[in-house]
Amino acid sequence: MAYYRSTVLVSMDPVCIDKGALDVKEQLIKELAKHNLSEEVQVLDIPRVGDPETEGPDFLVYPEGSHYIQLTPATVGPIVMEHFIKGRELQQYKAQMRDVTDEELGEPKDKEIRIILENIGKIDPRNIEDYIAVDGYQALAKVLGEMTPEAVIQTILDSKLRGRGGAGFPTGMKWKFARQAPDTPKYMVCNADEGDPGAFMNRKVLEGDPHSVLEGMTIGAYAVGANQGYIYCRAEYPIAVSTLNIAIKQAREYGLLGKDILGSGFDFDIEVRMGAGAFVCGEETALLASIEGNRGEPRVRPPFPASKGLWGKPTNINNVETYANVPKIILRGLEWYTSMGSEKSKGTKTFALAGDVANTGLIEVPLGTTLREIIYDIGGGIKEGKAFKAVQTGGPMGGCLPASNLDLPVDYETLGAAGSIMGSGGMIVMDEDTCMVDIARFFMEFTQDESCGKCVPCRVGTRRILEILERICAGKGVPEDIPLLRQLCSEIIQDSLCGLGQGAPNPVISTMKHFMDEYEAHIYEKRCPAKVCRSLITFDILPEKCTGCTVCARNCPVSAITGERKQTHVINTEICIRCGICKQVCNFDAVVIK
Amino acid sequence: MTLTPNQLDPLDNPRMREVIDSTISEFGDQNGALMVILNHLQERIGFITKPMQAYVAEKLNVPVSKVHGVVSFYSFFTTEPRGKHLVKFCIGTACYVGGASQLIDKAKQVLGIEPGQTTSDGLITLEVCRCVGACSQAPVVVIDEVNHGRVRPSQFARILTEVQKSEVAP
Repeated sequence: MAYYRSTVLVSMDPVCIDKGALDVKEQLIKELAKHNLSEEVQVLDIPRVGDPETEGPDFLVYPEGSHYIQLTPATVGPIVMEHFIKGRELQQYKAQMRDVTDEELGEPKDKEIRIILENIGKIDPRNIEDYIAVDGYQALAKVLGEMTPEAVIQTILDSKLRGRGGAGFPTGMKWKFARQAPDTPKYMVCNADEGDPGAFMNRKVLEGDPHSVLEGMTIGAYAVGANQGYIYCRAEYPIAVSTLNIAIKQAREYGLLGKDILGSGFDFDIEVRMGAGAFVCGEETALLASIEGNRGEPRVRPPFPASKGLWGKPTNINNVETYANVPKIILRGLEWYTSMGSEKSKGTKTFALAGDVANTGLIEVPLGTTLREIIYDIGGGIKEGKAFKAVQTGGPMGGCLPASNLDLPVDYETLGAAGSIMGSGGMIVMDEDTCMVDIARFFMEFTQDESCGKCVPCRVGTRRILEILERICAGKGVPEDIPLLRQLCSEIIQDSLCGLGQGAPNPVISTMKHFMDEYEAHIYEKRCPAKVCRSLITFDILPEKCTGCTVCARNCPVSAITGERKQTHVINTEICIRCGICKQVCNFDAVVIK
Repeated sequence: MTLTPNQLDPLDNPRMREVIDSTISEFGDQNGALMVILNHLQERIGFITKPMQAYVAEKLNVPVSKVHGVVSFYSFFTTEPRGKHLVKFCIGTACYVGGASQLIDKAKQVLGIEPGQTTSDGLITLEVCRCVGACSQAPVVVIDEVNHGRVRPSQFARILTEVQKSEVAP
């Protein structure tokens, strides 16, 4: 396959053709040939670029992304001369750049390096030509045309790419094990069951750049020797599922999936399977059980999926982001890839910044970037000028890290040593108004509910921890609760079957480690320092600030507030359920928590 | 396609029965067909009753206990019809920190039902759900598959009334 430095995508919309798009294309090919550029510039037809009525005939030039509009055969010559020979855009024929407004993905900030997210918002995920125009499927062509499966595995090993689902197992090793497994057939599985609350990186990649995942999977399948792949996507992501299905269909039409891919003799196809709302299915053995059509219950490892996975056959399973890294590594080389990241963790990682941080959304940074750089330099610090209290990484199996850990570099080992985990990339920032006991209770409520029930330590243990935490939050905690929590946590970690149980106590352990003062305030002083736990607070209205506007009384769900118009209102604490709505709706800051 | 609570079992409704049969024959041959079929039945019919579970088991030649085991394991599968409109509160971490519980309180106040329940007119079902992955817009309420972000309790009553009104309008 030839390597072109540029690609011109010509709109073949019927309206554009009617307005002379074919003549424009013919002239373009002639002009390129005249300047000996036919080997360097590729011309492709695509269904549509801009608005055919107002902009056609038009074409897009990649990699610059220049959009030339209202073309005639006469204007093509000057454009070729200026753009391809002199290397500058011809402003008079160029469309104004349309703003890409993606609320979740703003412009890259300093300190960000976008590899996984680079195409998102810039290409049309429902048009394979867009992906091809940004060097898409070139890595696959290179692998199938020039590399042995062993060489591909060696490249991935040398890149030190590690599992982006959070556990950080070297991807090359996984592939090697699956390749060495003697049994056939082999399966390739993509874990797109992004269940951690607070994480949406994979959704964005699937919705915005699905072909990068398909390409990475296909390369992996060639390396491992698999001919069938499954993407297991959670049911909460309907748009991702439909985008993936379109991408798979188009890849089949282009001979990039199916039989004899790119004439290499290698067969591989992919199917999307949907989850049905079970968090535990993000665990690999549970995920495989779910694809098989069973209850998503994990099983004991070993045997690992690499030797006995889907239907008892060797199966390689990686996360969405892991696969999306693969084509970039193959195409741009090891030197480039390993130049980013820390000693043991190379490349970049996407994170979903959420919570009380000024700029929420998706970011991508080299591994080894510190938490402070992420939260303050990229995230813009804490909202409304409040104080930072903790950052929660790694989802419900992760932990909360305090301000003293802000200068830790984010990589698998460092976060693990600090009592949290890298996880899939959710990063929730919490300000001074967050109660850490309540957060621990929140996560335990989650894991307790999502525990599949197969093994006792997880099923019963998480329930017991939740009861204790609920007791503490309700102001009924006793001093013995602290050692009891510690004991339960360590037993659940030791005895649980899968990662869910083994990780479930992490939010409790990390909050007890870093925020013991809050636990003690709840237990000994019956006080919630952050004023969150409802049983330990009361609401009051300051007479000097209340204007008697009646907003609070009208919004109170239990009619606990009384008062005449233009008179100071009063909260009846006997009736009050401490929901806090009055405080939110008050325009005069008259409602306070005591 | 969703039924109101007092209608017949979908198996006894010829049109529904046809949907069920065609779903089973469309996907029955696949590996791991059970999950695929149940997902499509949930989407096309709206719920999977016990008679439907037994029917699927018979057609796929697997024990009813297996089908019921799968249906009861996954939270997306429901055995009873939901209301015409589904209002789901995301209680992922970001939405929780962002005040999801206050929105739920507000909805309880306005509609007089708890999450998991349907209003007596069969119009609105309240549910809480796991993170929908729209954390940068927390708190999020999903109304009939459409995400509403940064919802404040004060606006929320209006949003609910709009859902109710959309039914009255022609």
